[in-house]
Amino acid sequence: MGRLDTSDAQTSRAPVHRPPLSIPKNRRWNRRTRRDAWVFAAFAAPNVLLILLFTYRPLVTNFYYSTLDWTLGAATATNVGLGNYVEFFTSPDASSVLGVTAIFTITTVGGAMILGLLVALALNQRLKGTTFARAVVFAPYVLSGVGVGLVWLFIFDPTYGVLSWILRTVGQASPQWVNDPKLALLMVIIVYVWKNLGYCAVVYLAGLQSVPAQLLEAASLDGASSLRRFTSVVLPLLSPTTFFLLITSLLSSLQAFDIIRIMTPSGNGTSTLIFDSYLQAFGSYNRAGYSAAISVVLFAGLLVMTAVQLRFVERKVHYS
Amino acid sequence: MSTNTLETTAPRDRPLSWQNLGKTIAGGYVPLLLATLVVFVPLLWMMLSSLKAPGEIVTTNLTLLPKNPSLQNYADAASTVPFARFFLNSVIVTVIGSTIKCVLAVFTAYALVFIRFPFKRVIFLLILVALMVPPQVSVLPNYVLIAGMGGLNTYWGIILPGLGTAFGTFLLRQHFLTLPPAILESAEIDGAGHWRKLWKIVVPVSVPSIATVALVTIVSEWNEYIWPLIVTDHPDMMTLPVGLTQLVNSDGSTQNWGMLMAGAVIVLLPILLIFAALQRYIVSGLTQGSVTG
Repeated sequence: MGRLDTSDAQTSRAPVHRPPLSIPKNRRWNRRTRRDAWVFAAFAAPNVLLILLFTYRPLVTNFYYSTLDWTLGAATATNVGLGNYVEFFTSPDASSVLGVTAIFTITTVGGAMILGLLVALALNQRLKGTTFARAVVFAPYVLSGVGVGLVWLFIFDPTYGVLSWILRTVGQASPQWVNDPKLALLMVIIVYVWKNLGYCAVVYLAGLQSVPAQLLEAASLDGASSLRRFTSVVLPLLSPTTFFLLITSLLSSLQAFDIIRIMTPSGNGTSTLIFDSYLQAFGSYNRAGYSAAISVVLFAGLLVMTAVQLRFVERKVHYS
Repeated sequence: MSTNTLETTAPRDRPLSWQNLGKTIAGGYVPLLLATLVVFVPLLWMMLSSLKAPGEIVTTNLTLLPKNPSLQNYADAASTVPFARFFLNSVIVTVIGSTIKCVLAVFTAYALVFIRFPFKRVIFLLILVALMVPPQVSVLPNYVLIAGMGGLNTYWGIILPGLGTAFGTFLLRQHFLTLPPAILESAEIDGAGHWRKLWKIVVPVSVPSIATVALVTIVSEWNEYIWPLIVTDHPDMMTLPVGLTQLVNSDGSTQNWGMLMAGAVIVLLPILLIFAALQRYIVSGLTQGSVTG
């Protein structure tokens, strides 16, 4: 496959198809240009309008909904101002949601990235079969979270699951994965990491393959051990890849829904921001306004992270 | 990708030479095999379990292979919920949704790259930022809108809100920018309009990129969960992932694992087959496309 330019795709632009520069400014809106504007509108408008209606409009509507005490489907709602936000930031339930989100996000991002890097190192060898292994490792990333969640739910089943069988053969009883809030969180983290580490591995692999061989040879000649070569040469060179993966993984982790919904439908111990927002509006809580407030908080968080990302991408994470 | 360095390597560095064989197996193949198995075994276990008789699943004495492989679990799943209907719904939603999305992406990307327009940068920025808005955040307002339009439990209600495509537009734009302007200039001299330039020149030379967008779109439409889950509550309109949810006992009692594994196979296998055949496009599309987050 082609090389993955993870950091340079935005900056290395091929020539843009520009209009000839010789057209005088006052004649820019001649007949041809006006016709072009109409063609542009006809080509781009359907997509742009759909994005405005179903991606941008909800961001605004959420703000309005978040000021309401409102049950989904009810014709009337009470305005509570910022009450939903006040409740979100003060109630113990909400702080547990923030805690679960933090634990889930940090462990899944860290787990998928560290394991992904290890797998990438295993794939980055002159061995037969690495291309096949790379495809296999990436596969879970494209699979339905619902299907994957069910497969693992069976593996984690305390009576008939493979895991309980393994634990029994070493004389241990299987814990109740789903019913224990802490273990339920651990369970969805394991499955999420399993599903996503292949993505990190493939992106890291592309980074590893762009490490210049001469640098490693030079380090070897200087007597650097393979561990030293990795920590002093490879890892610093990978820092743009690491930063890119950190941001993309953080964003996608904060959006995790499928696996959590199918493995722990009640959200006992696994209520992240996204999942709690879903349960509040569409679950048994019937609190659509509160749900909208959570969505606004989550979106604000994502916005800050994206801004940080753009700032850093602009300056790049340079290795000296 | 691993063969190009072989020629320059001295013989003693060959991984499979006698001196290095032990080291290669321990340091090279064992981690590789381990990573592959960690992914492969759960999926294999799902396939095997879906073919087992109930007595072989509801037992604490595990057997690897089904004694009498049968499709009984699939039949059971289909008699419990309208499984064929779920499958059909998923196919309809995926085919219509991805076709429209790809066409929209091609048109928008062409307009952004090849047509003169004063506010192009603003529009591109609008699309770029949309890439970063998680669809889950828009679910509640979109539900209210679609429900108000009578779109609950309809195909258009499932498909419509996801049709605007930022990802495909972005990916195709990046590709169109790399096309040499010269290929369009000769057509311009012949007096070809944008419509002809798009279909006669730009689309034919961009087949691999369009295929990448199409495949990634098909995969994500097929796997789409939160929106169809919310917008359908009638079994006849549910897609596969939503329908599978119906098979799970929500009260936490013992699950019918054979049946659930059969359901998981039905939802996972089509994508696994597509991925096995065309993984180069899918991997490159997914890793390139997420450059912006």
